This record gives sequence, C-alpha cells and structure tokens, in this order.
Amino acid sequence: MSSSVNIITLTIDEKQVGARENQTILEVARENGVEIPTMCELKGLTPSGGCRMCVVEVAGIPKLLPACMTTVSEGMVVTTNSERLKKLRKNILELFFSERNHICAVCASNGFCELQLMAQKVEMSHVHYPYLYPHCEVDASHNRFVLDHNRCILCTRCVRVCDEIEGSHTLDIKGRGIEAQVITDMDQPWGDSETCTLCGKCVHVCPTGALIERGMAVGEMSKRKQLLPYLTQMREVKT
Amino acid sequence: MTKTITIEPLTRIEGHGKITLFLNENGSVDNALFHVTQFRGFEKLSEGRRFREMPSLMARVCGICPVAHLMAGAKACDEILAVQIPKTGYMIRESITLAQMIQSHALSFFYLSAPDFVMGMDADPMERNVLGMLTKEPQMVTDGITLRKFGQSIIAMLAGQRVHPAGIIAGGVNEPCSQETRDTILAQIPEMIRITERNLDWFKRTLNPTGRSLRVTEFRDEIRTFANMKSLFMGMVNDEGELDFYGGKLRFVDSARNIVVDNIHTDDYAKYIGEKVEKWSYLKFPYFKPQGYPQGMYRVGPLARLNVVDRCGTPQADLELVEFRGLASGAVLSSFYYHYARLIEILYSLEKLEQLMSDPQILGKHVRAMAGPNSPEGIGVAEAPRGTLIHHYKVDENGIMQWANLIIATGHNNLVMNKGVLQVARHFIKDNKIEEGMLNRIEAVIRAFDPCLSCSTHAAGKMPLMVELRSKEGEILDTVSRGSA
Repeated sequence: MSSSVNIITLTIDEKQVGARENQTILEVARENGVEIPTMCELKGLTPSGGCRMCVVEVAGIPKLLPACMTTVSEGMVVTTNSERLKKLRKNILELFFSERNHICAVCASNGFCELQLMAQKVEMSHVHYPYLYPHCEVDASHNRFVLDHNRCILCTRCVRVCDEIEGSHTLDIKGRGIEAQVITDMDQPWGDSETCTLCGKCVHVCPTGALIERGMAVGEMSKRKQLLPYLTQMREVKT
Repeated sequence: MTKTITIEPLTRIEGHGKITLFLNENGSVDNALFHVTQFRGFEKLSEGRRFREMPSLMARVCGICPVAHLMAGAKACDEILAVQIPKTGYMIRESITLAQMIQSHALSFFYLSAPDFVMGMDADPMERNVLGMLTKEPQMVTDGITLRKFGQSIIAMLAGQRVHPAGIIAGGVNEPCSQETRDTILAQIPEMIRITERNLDWFKRTLNPTGRSLRVTEFRDEIRTFANMKSLFMGMVNDEGELDFYGGKLRFVDSARNIVVDNIHTDDYAKYIGEKVEKWSYLKFPYFKPQGYPQGMYRVGPLARLNVVDRCGTPQADLELVEFRGLASGAVLSSFYYHYARLIEILYSLEKLEQLMSDPQILGKHVRAMAGPNSPEGIGVAEAPRGTLIHHYKVDENGIMQWANLIIATGHNNLVMNKGVLQVARHFIKDNKIEEGMLNRIEAVIRAFDPCLSCSTHAAGKMPLMVELRSKEGEILDTVSRGSA
C-alpha cells in the first residue's frame, strides 16, 4: 500500500524535524520529544484550541498560534518555550484560577488535578488577577456523578467525549466568554437528563474536580484517561 | 474618675482578642469584657457545597485542632448518610482523637503555659517563653516536643498527614491501620507515659513545694483568682460514666458535682444549649437553656471533663483523678487547674490508646460505610482538646449543604472567661492603680482555658493583646499593649 502523504521539514526550538503535512505542531513536537503544555487537548478527542496553553511563536507571524490547531508547513520555524511564552502561559493559568472557585484543599481531585499539576509545572506562585468568586451551583442531582461548576475550566473535554466517543451529546456549553457554562441536555439538572447513558467518560476526561463520581471524599477522585485512545481506536474501526 | 482599660493584643493564645476593663469612681474594677475581634463565617461559606467536603472544609477553621473539626464534621456526615460506621473505623477515629488530645495538650501545657510556671508569672516576656525554659528546665522542653511529635505522628500515620489530614471522611476513615503502624505506636507508648508522669510530678511539686498542702503555693493568688467560681460543667461521658472524647453522651454537673442532666443524646444538644450574641464580641455566648442567660454559665474542656466523669476509665489516670479530686470537696472550681487536668488527660489518652492498639480489631480492613445522603440533617459532637465541639449540618435531597451551625469549645467557656478576667482584674487593680503583673495575670487566666479564638469565631490571624483604660464617658485614658509572642 502506497502513501501519498508529503513529508515536510520544519524547525522546532532550533531542531530540524520531519513531519507529515497534515500534522499539527503539537503532534510533531511530541513525536520529537518537545513538550508543549496543554490543558484542553486530550489524545483521542478533536482539538478545540480553547485553553491557549499550547500557544507557540512562528517566525514571520506576529500573533501567537495554538500548537494543537496549527498544521505544520514547509520551512516553518517554531519556538515553543521562549520567556514570553512562559510568562503568557503562567498568566493564562492564573486566569483559570481567578475565574472560578478552585479550592484544592477540599476538592475530591486534590492530588490528581491537571490544573494543580500544571500550576506546579509552570511554577505559578501567585494569582496576580483579582479572584472573581462567582456564585456557581453544584449539580448533584445525578445518581452517579456530580458536576461542580466552581471547579470547571471550560476545556470542553467532557462535551467532546460525550459527543464524539459516546455519541449521546448530553453535555454542551451555554453562554459566551466568562459567562459560559457546561449544561446537560436543555440546561436541565443532570439527574433529569434523558440522554445521559451513565457511561462516566466525561468524569474521567475532566482535568479538574468539576466532574467527579458521587460519594468521593477529598483527594479520592483519580481519573482513568488512559482508556480514551483505545475507545477512539474502536470508533475509527467502526467508521 | 471612672476609667476603662483595654488589653490588646493577647499573647500566646490562638486567635485575636482584646480586653476592656471599666473602673469606677473609686478606682476599682466595675466590669470586664473579653472581646473576640475577628470574624470568618465558615458556616455561611459552606452553603452550597457537597456535604462530603465538610469535614475537610471545617478542619480549615484551625491548624491546631483540625482533627476535632474533622471528627465532629465526619460524625455529622455519618448521620446524613444514616449509617453506623464499622467498628474498626470507629476505633481508628477514636485513636486519632486521642492522638490529637496528646499533641494539643502538649502544645498548650509545654509551649504556651509552662513558661509562666517555670520562669515565673512576672518574668520578662522575652524570657517567659519556651526558649527561655531551655535554660531552666531543658528536660521539660524536650518532653513537650517529644509528646507533641508523638501525637502528630499518629495522626499522620492513621489519617494521612499531621495537619488537616484527609483520611477522616463521611462513613469512617479511608485507610485501615497497618500492623506496622500499630506496632510503631505501641512501642512508643511506655516512654510517653513515663514522660507524662515525670511532668505531672513536676507540676504537682511546683504547686506544692512544701509537701503539705496544695493550697500553700506560690501560685496561691492565681489559683484563687483564675476564674475560680461556681458554674456548671459539661462534657461527654460513655455509658459507664467514664471519659469518652469521641463517642459519649453529654452530661452537665453543678459546682458540687451533682449531675444536673445526664445521658443527653448529642442530637438533642439544642434543647439544653442556647446561644446568645453580644454586640461587643464576635464570639457567641452559649448557655445552659434551663437556667437561662447568663445564669446558665458552664465550662467545658479538661477541667470540666474531669469534674463531669465518674472516673477516667484507665488505671493510672484514675489514680491521678483521685488525687485531683482531693483539691476540692465538690467540683474543682479554679480554672488554674485546667493545666493540671490537661496533664491527666494526656496520661489517660496514652493509656486508652494502648488499649485500642492492643485490640486485634484495630487491624480490621472494613473501615468505611458506603451510602448516599439518606437524612436531611446531621449533628456531630466530639470532645476537642479545649472542650465539646458541635457541628450541625442540613442538606438538600442531593446532599448539598443548606445550613450549618458550629458551637466551639472556646464559645462554651466564653461567659466564665469573661468573669475570670473580671475576677483577676479586681484582685490586681486597686485604688485606681494597676498592680505590676496585672497584664500577665489577665493573659494567663485566658491562657488557662487554652482558648482558640480562631476556632471560636472560625477566624484567622495572630493573637495579640492590648489593655485600654477608658473613662466612664468612653475616653481612652491609657493603653498597655504587647506584640504577639
């Protein structure tokens, strides 16, 4: 079987690398051992480019581009880890923390949270933006899962996994910008949802403690995302 | 001319407080107010949260006795689950409670209060601290640190970490006790008992240097004036009338040690305990409802518990209790003896811990009952080092918190602490003149209760004390203050 995919070359962090022309910068970087921080991206789900943690500098383009959404091109010169990018990523992360009520000490995902780990990784020591302390509800109406909007970073992994993998599209987003919020069905309590299959994938792809299993005490909710690539493969086989 | 004296900040206690003394025309003290000047509002911020977060959330009230909040919170959650927790889980929780009692009492006695006894009430504050003690009683400092470390290490081994452990949860605990942990704890207990006995002997010798009577002592004035008054006492006792920090029922006794009410199921606390708010303090004033406010004044904590029980329930602590009871014909009334009671409770905790750890059931694997919210309301009561702690929660059908009420040990003692300050001030302020050492005594009387103002108002901050002298018209005439030690 012959492949018609063109191979191109580009530079990532001063390293000459080869790539297939339909690949994203993030994929190529990972294949070549260059780590770019991500929050909303998850292997097995369609990238959405929402979190902006993976922004990179591309020579000749004045604005920053999300590595998960930008396909590579011949001769491209990419910088993934400049001081400017490090500062920006820290700022983005601080905005996540200031936007909702992330109280790690009493969170079921304490110790397993990707947001918490990322803050450690980028050495975020303070949140320089004023906390907004929004009033957010906790939807505990479902008999197996809990949705805590206080902990949500709107990465939409749950929305995508529910739609793309489980195929039920129970979850979605309402509102825009800072007002945006994950909803179930037609913005009904999750417990009243007629489309939810109780599969729990949304819970296990959630990077924070926004989606957890019911009954979990503080620091007990570890997630099992490793099943996702397998599920994606199964979907691809079917289609 | 009438005057008001304000003491702010108070030192070597936990939290923020202030004292105002009102002098009359003759220059003697008319009234004294102990204000707690901080506010946090944990009850309000818990609304809307999952009830399972409550033990950990409420534990953040305090870094000294988070275990007490975890226990009361977890017990309230057990009631919301409507479950009986497994026996092993119960025993592990009990052990952690005892460990907390050891570490917190060691902190109160050796770090915060012993400097007053070792260095003298009137010693320079720069030396009257745990570091100053190193020159006079180095063994005591080591003993205090060792005991505290022992208590903290048990909390870490059984519940995950020393401060704010996450292992105490709704329905039980999250980890069984390993054989290695059990053996490590058991191996250290004999040494810890020796340390406690050595310091109990030291304290008794200090109180009674002549070997004749405990009433002849250099602390005679303190014993006479440190909230030495009639009041009720409240504490938890088990079905045999013995000390029970974790699972007992409430009992009230009067100053003659006659039982006033016994066998109060903790769910019925509100029938007997009312809470009054005064506009000059953020700390509420609980009182014994049947006697009204402020007559229904009662004390909690180590002194109260030893007055309330029939016996401790462990051999050496019971012997010490007999000697302790010799101090008075009825209840021991001087709050100075809180320190003495604290040492006896450390001894009891060590002996009780040894009993629990020697029981094979402690190694059971079933430590947690699983259930969802089955009851809209839960009340959890546990004995904190400073006294009885009550957590009361209400949830909706999904287990989301709708309402919470906390009654903290320091709150129960509020009325007596106020009267204690008045008693000391009257003794040490005469003819319009503040006697040397008045400030030290006022701090020390409050310290005897080992109050935790952070807990009591569920508030944060350092604990400084200032005395303000005010005229009858409210004009500030004099201020004596001291930075936090």
